[in-house]
Amino acid sequence: MTRQDYELIVIGAGPAGLAAALSAKQHGLSRILVIERDKELGGILNQCIHNGFGLHYFGEELTGPEYAGRFIDQLEGSGIEIVCDTMVIHLENGDDWRIVHAMSTENGYQCLKCRAVILAMGCRERTRFAIQIPGSRPAGIFNAGTAQRYVNIEGKMIGRRVIILGSGDIGLIMARRMTLEGAKVLACVELLPYSGGLNRNIVQCLHDYDIPLYLSHTITNIEGRNRVQRVTVQQVDENRRPIPGTETYYDVDTVLLSVGLIPENELSREAGVKIDRRTSGPFVYENLETSEKGIFACGNVLHVHDLVDYVTEESQAAGKAAAAFVLDGALTDIGHVIEIKTEPTVSYTVPQAVRVNEVAKSLRIFLRVNKIWEETSHIVFRDGDNVIARFKRDYMAPGEMENVNVPRVLLDRVKGDMLYVSIEEAQR
Amino acid sequence: MKTLICIVCPRGCHLNVDEENDYKVTGHHCEKGEIYGRNELLHPVRVVTSTVKVKSNIHPRCPVKTDQSIPKENIFPAMRLLDSVLLTPPIKRGDVVVDDVAGSGACFVVTRDLDT
Ligand SMILES: Cc1cc2nc3c(=O)[nH]c(=O)nc-3n(C[C@H](O)[C@H](O)[C@H](O)COP(=O)(O)OP(=O)(O)OC[C@H]3O[C@@H](n4cnc5c(N)ncnc54)[C@H](O)[C@@H]3O)c2cc1C
Ligand code: SF4
Repeated sequence: MTRQDYELIVIGAGPAGLAAALSAKQHGLSRILVIERDKELGGILNQCIHNGFGLHYFGEELTGPEYAGRFIDQLEGSGIEIVCDTMVIHLENGDDWRIVHAMSTENGYQCLKCRAVILAMGCRERTRFAIQIPGSRPAGIFNAGTAQRYVNIEGKMIGRRVIILGSGDIGLIMARRMTLEGAKVLACVELLPYSGGLNRNIVQCLHDYDIPLYLSHTITNIEGRNRVQRVTVQQVDENRRPIPGTETYYDVDTVLLSVGLIPENELSREAGVKIDRRTSGPFVYENLETSEKGIFACGNVLHVHDLVDYVTEESQAAGKAAAAFVLDGALTDIGHVIEIKTEPTVSYTVPQAVRVNEVAKSLRIFLRVNKIWEETSHIVFRDGDNVIARFKRDYMAPGEMENVNVPRVLLDRVKGDMLYVSIEEAQR
Repeated sequence: MKTLICIVCPRGCHLNVDEENDYKVTGHHCEKGEIYGRNELLHPVRVVTSTVKVKSNIHPRCPVKTDQSIPKENIFPAMRLLDSVLLTPPIKRGDVVVDDVAGSGACFVVTRDLDT
């Protein structure tokens, strides 16, 4: 690191951080630093060796490392400074400057000043579920993402007979990966009545290899002395309680847990950034600025994405906004601010609020529904009783993020400071 | 009539394919889905991704993929071809690791750069 005052510091060099830094550069910034705690750039994509990345953004199917590689190539010779093996341990927000506290073996403890910060720290796997399962605690229980790292990056085989709890994408991907490496995957067990994973992963990773998916089931016991030997699987009722008499036993040596991801926001909280309980990520405005001036967020730290393509687009928007903040200064006239409220049919939206004056042509809103909608339905935006916008969908599922573009002219019609979003079945 | 989920893109359209009526597809939102639906019943294909050994200072394994989809029944034979591969850096994305995988005409290619 050559200087102590940057225009922009990006924390994290996954696809979010890389795209944000490149976009900030394109939009006029020159003193940009990217800080990554790992020994290389690319974030989680390095271990996602399967294909399926980039269909929207590049129009072709790439593997995770290839997708990351395209951005890493662009970074070379761009003049953007990068440091790896450096962990950001604290973030402070001041009036004109933000202070990033970083730690590395090479440079020790450093306090770096910058005008704007982009949070791009990604997310980590939930572990709480592991703790709740009764039974002994033998070796052989892994988070699916950790298992992915062992197998794909370190080349270690972690088990021979496997059961997977949770049908999130990482679990599905690992079911196929373990099978290809010669393991027997006996089942994938999901507590909910639907899978949280993408359809394509259910087809390509389970159906292709005849791995059964048991919905509304869970693991109720794990046995084993040193290594996992047997697990009990039980069906659950509508209240997710195990139904007595439905016990099935599986002789396995490995349990993989794929029970979701949570954005990593310890640093954000320390800087005073307001966190939305629905996303577990920062509450952001239309330009991805958080509640703290000059601090922006994008990628999985903001909300868990299933598609890296959207991470890239979102991060480019954050980079552009951070550049505008540095070059033009903070907003002086905030104008009409609308908060987007979710009705019970919608689990969250990003952004959560919009400063209407800042929207050029239209506002892209990402959202997730909280159940499967198989019939044609509408995503409806209302300010009280008036319908502001309505978007038709033939099929929606919680595992697949939806997005809509609300034109500025419609936002201008919103009376008051609340916009409510809900899902309604179309009338036939 | 067979029902399947289109996997070409994450939208996952629910397709109906009529084997009795020249494999006519319904339920697709774009023509890629129509092609997929037919092919999936006539001759299903997949891209295979895995890793191979590499003598690198950075990582012990290097990721690879088939540069085209290969017939589903060739997936396991294709995997076995990778067991004997040992790469030495520098390697670049796109470098060919195995030619003509199991007679399919596809190659296994490297999917990341490793300089050392
Ligand atoms: C297992 C898995 C499979 C997936 N499969 C697909 C798929 O098939 N298709 C698809 O399109 N998408 C897929 N995704 C989604 C997509 O890959 C992610 O949404 C995307 O990688 C998120 O990017 P990110 O940059 O926000 O986070 P990450 O890639 O996690 O990057 C965050 C980076 O920040 C660094 N960092 C964190 N904290 C600090 C700190 N304090 N200091 C310094 N550095 C820090 C981390 O080391 C990491 O490198 C998958 C995701 C996962 C986890
Ligand atoms: S039919 Fe087209 S839109 Fe639908 S899943 Fe297939 S590729 Fe995607």
